[in-house]
Amino acid sequence: MTDRPHLAVLGAGPAGLAATAAAASHGVRVTLLDAATRAGGQFYRQPAAELRARRPQALHHQWRTWERLRDGLRAYVTVGAVRHLTDHHVWCVERRPSGGLTVHALLGPEQEDPVEMRADAVVLATGGYEKVLPFPGWTLPGVVTAGGAQAMLKGTLALSGRTAVVAGTGPLLLPVATGLAAAGVEVPALVESADPKAFVHRTRALAAQPGKVAEGARYAAQLLRHRVRLLARHTVVEAHGTDRVEAVTVAALDADGRVRPGTSRRIPCDTLAVGHGMLPHTDLAETLGCRLDGTDVHVDDEQRTDVPGVWAAGETTGIGGAALSLAEGHIAGRSAAARLHGTEPDPRAWAAAAKSRTRLREFFAALGTVYAPPAHWTEQITDDTVVCRCEEVTGGTVREAVAELGAGDVRTVKLLTRAGMGWCQGRVCGPAVAGLTGCGLTPSRRPFARPVPLGVLARAGEHEDQ
Amino acid sequence: MSSPLHLAQAEPGPAFRVTLDGREIEALPGQTVAAALWTAGVTSWRTTRDAGRPRGVFCGIGVCFDCLVTVNDRPNQRACLLPLHPGDVIRTQEGTGHDD
Repeated sequence: MTDRPHLAVLGAGPAGLAATAAAASHGVRVTLLDAATRAGGQFYRQPAAELRARRPQALHHQWRTWERLRDGLRAYVTVGAVRHLTDHHVWCVERRPSGGLTVHALLGPEQEDPVEMRADAVVLATGGYEKVLPFPGWTLPGVVTAGGAQAMLKGTLALSGRTAVVAGTGPLLLPVATGLAAAGVEVPALVESADPKAFVHRTRALAAQPGKVAEGARYAAQLLRHRVRLLARHTVVEAHGTDRVEAVTVAALDADGRVRPGTSRRIPCDTLAVGHGMLPHTDLAETLGCRLDGTDVHVDDEQRTDVPGVWAAGETTGIGGAALSLAEGHIAGRSAAARLHGTEPDPRAWAAAAKSRTRLREFFAALGTVYAPPAHWTEQITDDTVVCRCEEVTGGTVREAVAELGAGDVRTVKLLTRAGMGWCQGRVCGPAVAGLTGCGLTPSRRPFARPVPLGVLARAGEHEDQ
Repeated sequence: MSSPLHLAQAEPGPAFRVTLDGREIEALPGQTVAAALWTAGVTSWRTTRDAGRPRGVFCGIGVCFDCLVTVNDRPNQRACLLPLHPGDVIRTQEGTGHDD
């Protein structure tokens, strides 16, 4: 048993589950590590077991796919082919001088006690998180990320209020708006900055995915049924309130992506769910030294990174949704299994997955050109708008660092202003600081993926659990 | 009126009591600190170190650290990740959460 090769899969969302199943079914011993208490990741986030939800599928899409993933994992765990470690927060993966890798994790929810594990190879299936661009009032309680509203709903069956405006840009806003409405929340508006006409110019790439077109039509019908008003080519200008959000002002955008004067209107609400797309989680890949393309982990046709023994799949290699994550995870698992057995994999074995990977990457590339924040979104950040939420650094302070102190990149702005130096390590303010600085968002090279107690750091590597 | 618990046909065990700044609130088994506070109508449980502004859940998945809270005298815990237990003592976290 123990001489079988050992693969550690990091993340139990669609990509990690697909990789786990593919590798386990080809004779590899798999340990699946995940921070949550139940498998599913963000897309298939499950309600806490103690809530005993008999119909969690009421909050989900593509439930049958989830049932297949869930039952597959259960079967492999039952026969001992897979170990599923929940509440394991991986903070670092390092290559061992003698070959193989060591995975370092903290046991949650306290995240103080460490665990270390050796593996012959790893699949990074660490997913992504949401990008939110600042505007006045975005730090008010009741303003949450669109994905956060959905995560709280799916995972804990909780809502932050009764009336929610959903705003920003991207395909995530549709399920968030319809999901909140189905759960009893009044959704007076879905505020989307993209121009619906832009979809027309992309018909070829979109038409290649008839399933996705049908999905869009279903969402449109649900918006109608729940009386959610779609305000396309609109943006949130400001959230109002003193101790929590009480209303938002939205306005129309002109052809250049600027707020059109005289079009603003105020919408009362107690919740604003806002998001401007997704970013990949790449900390573990960066620490390992994997090459990144922009913000995405670079992989080859087999989903291998350029670091030996390290594969990557799903959102961490570029945002593309659950179906693409499944295809990439499957290919990563098959490739890793073959190579861990010392054989050259035959790509024909995953031809179907490779074909859907190609199509879905094209589809999301087309979507990416349609869904975009307003071109002049930085103009909405007033000088007194807090940009770095952790360190309370304002837009004015960042602008001063750029205009008067000559900062030309995110790192220099951070050193001059503390923007990005707080608890979240710039994950939240990074895109905004880059925009205000006039440079691209680059990987930040954080040494660890999450805060680690100093005592754990000092003892790391002393003992290892096999 | 529809609710998420109703929609998902949740049948959790009996609610239990915790306190927020000395006030009793109810929590359901399986709820995180953030979920129980939201359900009790509370959306902020931290004030920032500089401006003393209120904060609560932002990302909801443990990335942003905005929802930090003091539970059972331990500050700087993420309310969106931390499950509640009967008798837990939640306190609004002022600044760093440490006496200084």
